[in-house]
Amino acid sequence: MIELIVETRCTACNICVEVCPRDVLSPREGQPPIIAYQVDCQTCFLCELYCKTDAIYVHPDATQAHPQNAEILEASGLLGEYRRNSGWDEWSVHEELRNQHWRMEDVFRRARSP
Amino acid sequence: MKFSSSLRLEADVLIIGGGLAGCWAAITAAQTGARVVVAEKGYCGTAGVAASAGPGHWFIPPDGTLRRDAIARRLETAQGLGDADWMETIIDRTFRTLPTIASHYRYTQDDNGKVRYHALRGPEYLRALRQKALDCGVTVLDHSPALALLRHGDTSIAGATGVSLKSGHDQWIVRSGATILATGGCAFRSHLLGSANNTGDGLLMAADAGACFSGMEFSAFFTIVPANTTMARTMIYSFARYYDAAGHELERPPGSHDNSFLARALKKGQVFCDLSGVPEDIRRQLPQISPNVPITFQRLGIDPFSQKFPVSLVGEGTIRGVGGIRVMDRHSGCGVPGLYVAGDVASREPVTGAISGGGAVNAAWALSSGCIAAEAAVAYTRRQRRSLKEPVTLPEYEAIAGDSTAVEHAVQREMLSPNKQYFRTASSLKQSSQALEDAWERLSLGDVHQAGARARLRHQELKALTAVARWCTASALARKESRGLHYRCDAESVAMPAHILSGGLAKPWTRSVPAKVPS
Repeated sequence: MIELIVETRCTACNICVEVCPRDVLSPREGQPPIIAYQVDCQTCFLCELYCKTDAIYVHPDATQAHPQNAEILEASGLLGEYRRNSGWDEWSVHEELRNQHWRMEDVFRRARSP
Repeated sequence: MKFSSSLRLEADVLIIGGGLAGCWAAITAAQTGARVVVAEKGYCGTAGVAASAGPGHWFIPPDGTLRRDAIARRLETAQGLGDADWMETIIDRTFRTLPTIASHYRYTQDDNGKVRYHALRGPEYLRALRQKALDCGVTVLDHSPALALLRHGDTSIAGATGVSLKSGHDQWIVRSGATILATGGCAFRSHLLGSANNTGDGLLMAADAGACFSGMEFSAFFTIVPANTTMARTMIYSFARYYDAAGHELERPPGSHDNSFLARALKKGQVFCDLSGVPEDIRRQLPQISPNVPITFQRLGIDPFSQKFPVSLVGEGTIRGVGGIRVMDRHSGCGVPGLYVAGDVASREPVTGAISGGGAVNAAWALSSGCIAAEAAVAYTRRQRRSLKEPVTLPEYEAIAGDSTAVEHAVQREMLSPNKQYFRTASSLKQSSQALEDAWERLSLGDVHQAGARARLRHQELKALTAVARWCTASALARKESRGLHYRCDAESVAMPAHILSGGLAKPWTRSVPAKVPS
């Protein structure tokens, strides 16, 4: 579930409020959005992908909350990893981050071959 | 109840649901010059199960006997319930249409410099579909779940109404010449990736309008995830080995989709997955193939290639299953005038038969049925030329139940139990059926009349997923044999393949009809 919007990174652009398929977030005037309905989060990570300042952290556990600490997260290097590996926005110029989704069928084929 | 303000729009075609099927329907209808509105429960662009996955598509060039051979193979796995004409139709439609997304999707070349048009990463694909729809002039209502279809006096469909979760309005009303349901399948709120909005709302609305279902018994499908997560991406598990808590390796039966061996083992205790067999180069490529897979492990503090990790099974219901609204003709109609169906909300029996279509056939179906429904809807509205001002009655919303969690859990205890679903018997199904009737009854004991948009939506979703559970269970009881995804421990042998139709709200009904004999 979504755990934290890091206040020092958030620019209150509210794109996460808009793209969240589950309407988990509520906007606030000039401030980071509030995680208003955490239990409704479907742990799809898509808000992170759309956050250009990598301010959002979603924990993979969909069954219970795992409260996070902003400083520890900053130090962990985990923020923004999904957007970077997807080659979105400024990462699109990096050849090594190019979309390789097309390999999937080859991987399946390789697993089937003895 | 009364809403304080309403957004009112008119359209030639209204599409309910803005996922893969709904977007292709919107683009196709708008390209004919029709006025198109998409009403999406969440956000068109991140909506639907494809958005967080990576759909391949059934994509075969019209070369030599390639298509004929592919259809012959599919007909065999369909176990008598497939339809060669529909298969040919979606192969052809997908092959012609999918490459047109290159206007908005940034395809990359493979190692041989070739573009593989059929393989798209979900978030980028749905983002591209949204933008293409907007560029075609489609009006998109995000955060606007539909709650009811509108009907003319002659019972044909006149549009729909729903609530707005984010705009200044509480309610929306769209009057349309034709309406397409593209609301997806139902996974009963399992933790399947991207499926929490897929509660079967479209099936409930269709049943209310008089449509029926087919293949609802083909809904016993469970996918492996790292325990407690949603990450149901299957690619790396094709190299997996599984162990019980004592460290004994589980025997994996042939057939990659059958996870019943894990269901058996999970009943006894934890199951651990070993991915040390994934080749080095694939490990390195994984972040750029499926970027959401490695971040899941990273955040759990697991190195999946050197540490065994616990797994669980998430239910896929009618999403990776088959059943849905019965398609009655070659135009994606469902027997209700003015109403068309596209994607997972429709039964995919014509193209998959008794087994799951997997990602590729299901995505090709979503795209093709979306395009076909759109063309039929446009033709219908042009033929009818009916006034959008004709008076219709707005629905009276029922009182909602104060405590819905108990009902949701009751449904999940039946539908999300891998054991109950993989190993069905007449007696287990009758028990499920009774539990579901109790849940349905509790839903009708509502006492809250003044509910906000969000509470009203949640009530509607719960009603829909309970209704879907009842049709799945009734159909599973009616199919006394084992076939495809439907396994009965007490199977009787049945000679002729038949479809199980179902429907009904007050009391679910089923009917068996012989399958079309292939010519």
